[in-house]
Amino acid sequence: MRRLLFILPLLLFVGVAVAFYLGFNRDPREIPSVLIDKPVPEFALPALPGYKQGLATADLKGDVQLVNVFASWCVPCKIEHPVITRLSREQGVPVRAINHKDKAEDAIAWLKRNGDPYAGIGQDLDGRVSIDWGVYGVPETFLIDRQGRIRYKHVGPLSPEVVERDILPLVKELRKG
Amino acid sequence: MRTRLLAAWLALGSLAAALPAAAVMPDEILADQGLEHRARELSKELRCLVCQNQSIDDSNAPLARDLRVLVRERLKAGDSDARVLDYVTDRYGDYVLLRPPFKATTWLLWIGPFLVFAIGAAATAVYLRGRRGVAAGADTAPLSEDEQRRLDALLRKD
Repeated sequence: MRRLLFILPLLLFVGVAVAFYLGFNRDPREIPSVLIDKPVPEFALPALPGYKQGLATADLKGDVQLVNVFASWCVPCKIEHPVITRLSREQGVPVRAINHKDKAEDAIAWLKRNGDPYAGIGQDLDGRVSIDWGVYGVPETFLIDRQGRIRYKHVGPLSPEVVERDILPLVKELRKG
Repeated sequence: MRTRLLAAWLALGSLAAALPAAAVMPDEILADQGLEHRARELSKELRCLVCQNQSIDDSNAPLARDLRVLVRERLKAGDSDARVLDYVTDRYGDYVLLRPPFKATTWLLWIGPFLVFAIGAAATAVYLRGRRGVAAGADTAPLSEDEQRRLDALLRKD
């Protein structure tokens, strides 16, 4: 009993040290989404002027696909764009987009300049649908399963590492099931 | 010297003037004062996800503004305060609440300080009880006959 009392501070210290070690290795900017494993929100966004395909809840059922939230004014969006393009054109994962709080002409010019790999783009002028998706920092990317449930979310620009490590394995698994 | 003093006073004055600033813009404010008051109180409970340690009432971030407008819309639609907070946490999680709720994942956070205090109090009590025992001579053997005789001799000296 007495000996236990002497070890107690040491045990407490080890506990606190482990908690801090784990805590400091986490990125405080990454907030776990509450929407994981939930169906995508009910929404319908119009297409950009001159574009055929907008984005609505019904588009997100039937295939495993990505939803990318982007804007022409967002610099990291431009950085991740080649990665998104490769996913859509070479790696066979359809990508749809929410164009977040953008001017239509800016968005169209941006797509002309950087390429348009998207299977459909919904215009979210006031950012309200983005709020329904729990978006707080563009770019954000969601992976949707066949049943139209959100299975994964990445905040910030997609890197080839994230694609290899998280997205492609999960796409493969979700396509099987 | 005098200009320097004046500059110092001006600097102080501008600091004081800058203190009570909230980020709410005039065009966001509701005509109904009761609703506006509730909106302000709710905004102080909600964390801005961009600047993280500010409430949406304090923050100038565009998302904070959108959420302030959203809170006001929900209130105008007749939502209760709790319904409004639920609406936001359904999208962003408990993380947006500046006062985290008490539940299975947060009990340690709430109870923790009291738990540490209780452990400390218990440890102190055990320690003090041990010392009292020493002071009272509880764990020292009584003097042998020889020791007693020597002690008496010493005491008798003066």
